[in-house]
Amino acid sequence: MTQMNTLLEVSGVSVSFDGFRAINNLSFQIGPAELRAVIGPNGAGKTTFMDIVTGKTRPDEGRVLFGEKSISLLSMSEARIAQAGVGRKFQKPTVFEDQSVRENLMMALKAPRSWWAVLRFRAAAQDIARVEELAEEVGLRSELDRTAGELSHGQKQWLEIGMLLAQEPRLLLVDEPAAGMTPEERAHTTDLLIEAAKTRAVVVVEHDMEFVRRLNCKVTVLHEGSVLAEGGLDHVTANPQVIDVYLGR
Amino acid sequence: MRKSFIAQNPSILIFLACLALFTLCVTVLSEGAGAGLISTSFIKTLGKTLCLCLVAIAMDLIWGYCGILSLGHFAFFGLGGYMIGMWLMYARTEMIVQNALAQGGIPPTPQEITDGIGSQIFGVVGSSDFPLIWAFADSLTLQLLLVVLVPAVLALVFGWLAFRSRVAGVYLSILTQAMTLALALYLFQNDSGLRGNNGLSGLQNLPGVTAPQALVSMWFFWASALALGLGYLLSAWVISGKFGSVIRGIRDNEARVRFLGYPVESFKLMLFTLTAMIAAIAGALYYPQAGIINPAEIAPIASIYLAVWVAIGGRGRLYGAGLGAAFFSLVSTWFTGGQAPDINLGFYTIQWVDWWQVMLGLSFVLVTLFAPKGIGGLFDLLQRKNDA
Repeated sequence: MTQMNTLLEVSGVSVSFDGFRAINNLSFQIGPAELRAVIGPNGAGKTTFMDIVTGKTRPDEGRVLFGEKSISLLSMSEARIAQAGVGRKFQKPTVFEDQSVRENLMMALKAPRSWWAVLRFRAAAQDIARVEELAEEVGLRSELDRTAGELSHGQKQWLEIGMLLAQEPRLLLVDEPAAGMTPEERAHTTDLLIEAAKTRAVVVVEHDMEFVRRLNCKVTVLHEGSVLAEGGLDHVTANPQVIDVYLGR
Repeated sequence: MRKSFIAQNPSILIFLACLALFTLCVTVLSEGAGAGLISTSFIKTLGKTLCLCLVAIAMDLIWGYCGILSLGHFAFFGLGGYMIGMWLMYARTEMIVQNALAQGGIPPTPQEITDGIGSQIFGVVGSSDFPLIWAFADSLTLQLLLVVLVPAVLALVFGWLAFRSRVAGVYLSILTQAMTLALALYLFQNDSGLRGNNGLSGLQNLPGVTAPQALVSMWFFWASALALGLGYLLSAWVISGKFGSVIRGIRDNEARVRFLGYPVESFKLMLFTLTAMIAAIAGALYYPQAGIINPAEIAPIASIYLAVWVAIGGRGRLYGAGLGAAFFSLVSTWFTGGQAPDINLGFYTIQWVDWWQVMLGLSFVLVTLFAPKGIGGLFDLLQRKNDA
């Protein structure tokens, strides 16, 4: 097997909304098993960056290549990109509140996604075991039959992370996972993300510096739609430009 | 560990048992097959009610479970009726014409028979030629196939255009209204080939059947009950597994389902088409019991009523939709059939034929405000009481 050192390559991407340049000549790379934190002030383009990678927004120019075959994600639908192995966690926990934890995980579990396959799908023993294993991993083993809407905020975040893991994506995009969590919940979330990044690429967008420090990984600082600095947290926080645009104010 | 979908959801068996019991009771009391306590015309009302329950269940699938408020499902219902109506009318007219020509002594040529049928059927719209769409009207098998195929193709084309462009919410509802309105206006034209505003009539007479209406009405009643039972089972199966999870997910957060990798559009399209086919089968059973179908049946208001029944019966639970449709169909028959006594207030007389509509609208508003789960929600209350 040839060693691949880039899973996702974004290069020279720009996008404007009504004349406002949300992303400006952005380039970004991440390896197949890497944890990366993306920080930046409001409006730096963090969410738009995720929208582009997941197919929600089409860039005006630039390339987005994924996997060892370097397939372009730009002409693919959201569903196809997700099937190719890109998972996304939204800022607000978005689980299906009407359905049980088990149903949520089962829906996310990696399996054929066409309507015909889904209609005929009946959970096999290993699917049920996998769902239980995932629930164990995110600490929801005892909540499997509860309705997701009844879970606490932190539990919903974990359920969503569990659903992402169930998809078995190769790249995980996580938007502010620790927002609104208690310190213990944050610690658990950190562990989950670090564990996940051992076998796949994980990009965490986060505001909270303390949380980023705990992730202990390479940091990319975005500002006005492009990369301002990249490196260890101590390295970037020592950068005078970064201090100026982000930390200083 | 794995149970069948029927075992997981006791309400399926309860519904089917109630339906079977109801069918049995009606049969025993009927004029055509039992004690004669229920008149043939009321048997027809009951049979039609069962068909309305079936189309309401289709509506619940698409709206209550998948969140697509289609206000055009009566177009499919009506098309199903038209497709079976074409055969019923053709075959019966053929027999009449053959008999009439046979009186003349000289055996009629096939051309004479065809001309005779044509002028009988299309005389009212000033024509005697068979339009192309009647090409299969002489074959029951083909026309039965068309009952599901024509609405399915319409639903596929319409749904493909609408869902692919990601038309959703109220815009989709308006589009479906436009679809059913356009179809109704087209059928109202005399040269549409389906007898314009005269519609197709005499559908209660089965060609070649000499049995009295009392018995024929029972056949249709049983067929309607069977169709409702099978439709209920099919719908319950469709929503039982992961497919049900996905379509409820689409209802609650379409974008999230997309990011899970599901092709949302094809799920919507499949369900839209399936429910159109169920609606068409319900229509094909309904109109032979009604005896007549005309374009007014698929006017936009009909599909809105359907949504109202489902909302009042209880969205997102199949038996709720069935209950809503049954309740409103029967109450509506009572109020509009002249059985309800007018109330004289001295200065004003309440005539139920007019005021029934007001009551229907009012109850829709009240249910939406105070009991969003509808009549079906009452069962939840009962269950909670039992659990407590």
